[in-house]
Amino acid sequence: MSELIFEKSRSGRRAFAQAPTADDDLGIPKQFLREDRPGLPEASELQVVRHYTRLSQKNFSIDTQFYPLGSCTMKYNPRACNSLALLPEFAGRHPLGPVRFGQGFMKCMHELQQMLKEVTGMVKVSLTPMAGAQGELAGVAMIKAYHDSRGDTERTEIIVPDAAHGTNPATANMCGCVVKEIPTLSDGDVDIEALKGVLGPKTAGIMLTNPSTLGVFERHIKDIADMVHEAGGLLYYDGANLNAILGKVRPGDMDFDVIHMNLHKTFSTPHGGGGPGSGAVGVNKRLLPFIPVPVVKETEVDGETVYDWATEDDFPQTIGRLSGFMGNAGVLLRAYVYMRMVGRDGMEKVAEYATLNANYLMARLRDAGFELAFPNRRASHEFIITLKHEAKDYHLTAMDVAKALLDHNYHAPTTYFPLLVPECLLIEPTETESKETLDNFVAAMIDIVTQAKEQGVQFKEAPYKMPVRRLDDVKAARELDLRYAPE
Amino acid sequence: MSELPGDLLYTNDHEWLRRESDGSVTVGITEHAATALGDLVYVELPEVGQDVDAGGDMAVVESVKAASDVYAPVGGNVSAVNEELADEPEKINADPYGDGWIVRLTVGDIDEGELMSPDAYQQLLDELDD
Repeated sequence: MSELIFEKSRSGRRAFAQAPTADDDLGIPKQFLREDRPGLPEASELQVVRHYTRLSQKNFSIDTQFYPLGSCTMKYNPRACNSLALLPEFAGRHPLGPVRFGQGFMKCMHELQQMLKEVTGMVKVSLTPMAGAQGELAGVAMIKAYHDSRGDTERTEIIVPDAAHGTNPATANMCGCVVKEIPTLSDGDVDIEALKGVLGPKTAGIMLTNPSTLGVFERHIKDIADMVHEAGGLLYYDGANLNAILGKVRPGDMDFDVIHMNLHKTFSTPHGGGGPGSGAVGVNKRLLPFIPVPVVKETEVDGETVYDWATEDDFPQTIGRLSGFMGNAGVLLRAYVYMRMVGRDGMEKVAEYATLNANYLMARLRDAGFELAFPNRRASHEFIITLKHEAKDYHLTAMDVAKALLDHNYHAPTTYFPLLVPECLLIEPTETESKETLDNFVAAMIDIVTQAKEQGVQFKEAPYKMPVRRLDDVKAARELDLRYAPE
Repeated sequence: MSELPGDLLYTNDHEWLRRESDGSVTVGITEHAATALGDLVYVELPEVGQDVDAGGDMAVVESVKAASDVYAPVGGNVSAVNEELADEPEKINADPYGDGWIVRLTVGDIDEGELMSPDAYQQLLDELDD
């Protein structure tokens, strides 16, 4: 393990670039200035550069390795999105400055709302949720607010298929709802009979991901939507897998009432490491009054188009605000640039290539002898293989394969999720990978299993070549140690 | 996997229960469930004195892979919980039918129709294996 930057600290050492000068007098009254130095590390510029460059070299990232992490859509973020979002006119804009000085930014945000609205088939989009989980929270809060506004306060049950992301039941719980789990059929579709069994006067809504985390498109979505609506419930669309249907099918046309989008997945903004993310939400007419604020509105003043914030005054029934202001501006700008670059036709190509790559990889792995969890279904943008036979016959578990892949310089696919498939890997190549990368990944998979079968290698201690070997995740979870305490 | 204890009853959710001599019922999860979850890192226990409905969730077991509800196989009142699991959740992995017990319930009459004999549960496990 390498030293922490704090451990490199030596009293009095400075980086010239950061040294304060007389010009740095910010005019802060003396009584508000601190007397002690903050407990920051003291290091030279070169030490800092080396420290963080080394750390970044240890990192597995989409910039350095294939990253087929299922249901996470780890696609490449084009550099242009970054550089345009960093234009000084954007970066230097103060969020509380008068809107008349930030009309360019406001126009971009308005166009982003419009584009997201169009690609999802919703009526209005709010960009305020700061991450996917917050988008979910906003969505279910709106469903609750809708029922409450009609005096329909008995509707407290949220239906969630067992294939769902864990965040779905967690969100329902956070909103004070009771979770009703329904099973999935062996072909990957929702069990309609089980759904009928739980629908009733207590149903607030259903949370669905389509295509699901099983990597298949829910074929009975229209029936499900009709049944839930007939029972008085609403439909929530988890946008985790939106990438697969971009420009092809719209959640609004599937009759969803509310949707959250992970801009960091589908629209190529920075992803992982805890943010900053963006979980923009879209609503249909029913839920429009409850949309979180602020949202950008287009108005006309003296014949000129002016962009301004729509707030509680415009949406008195809003579920309220989700953050100090309006979401992560820099992330939203990157998504805006991405959508403008890709365009309407490009969006469709994104979905096509994501699906083609997934199906190609799935077919190659199947032909190499890997067992598919849903062999009779075409993959959407991701698919599942199960290593239950390899685990039983050769003691090669999904975790062992995942760790062994690191030594081949591939980030592991999602492991042990969804929970209903034993010893599974959930693999999502995304549209930005070449055929050669996919072929090389297949070769690595074959190599790992062949070594296990023919030479009895179990990879129990893999990875062997990484800076950090197999972590004791059980010990880490049981004995949490998260804080660095300086001497 | 070792043989199933013959003196227990089992559920579809991979839980077991034992009738104690004082008429109460002890509940835990089966070895199959513990192995499928992997090393447990946290167990959330109910309050003693709490009423639980048959089929309702009464505890949570969490591993590095997943968190899973433990359902009450029969309705009753929680008379004891295995406090030791708070510090040593791994007891469930090490001894699922003994030291790894989770909850003890005071119950009325039990409808055994919903529960499985060791043979029936073994059959369920065999089917899962295929």
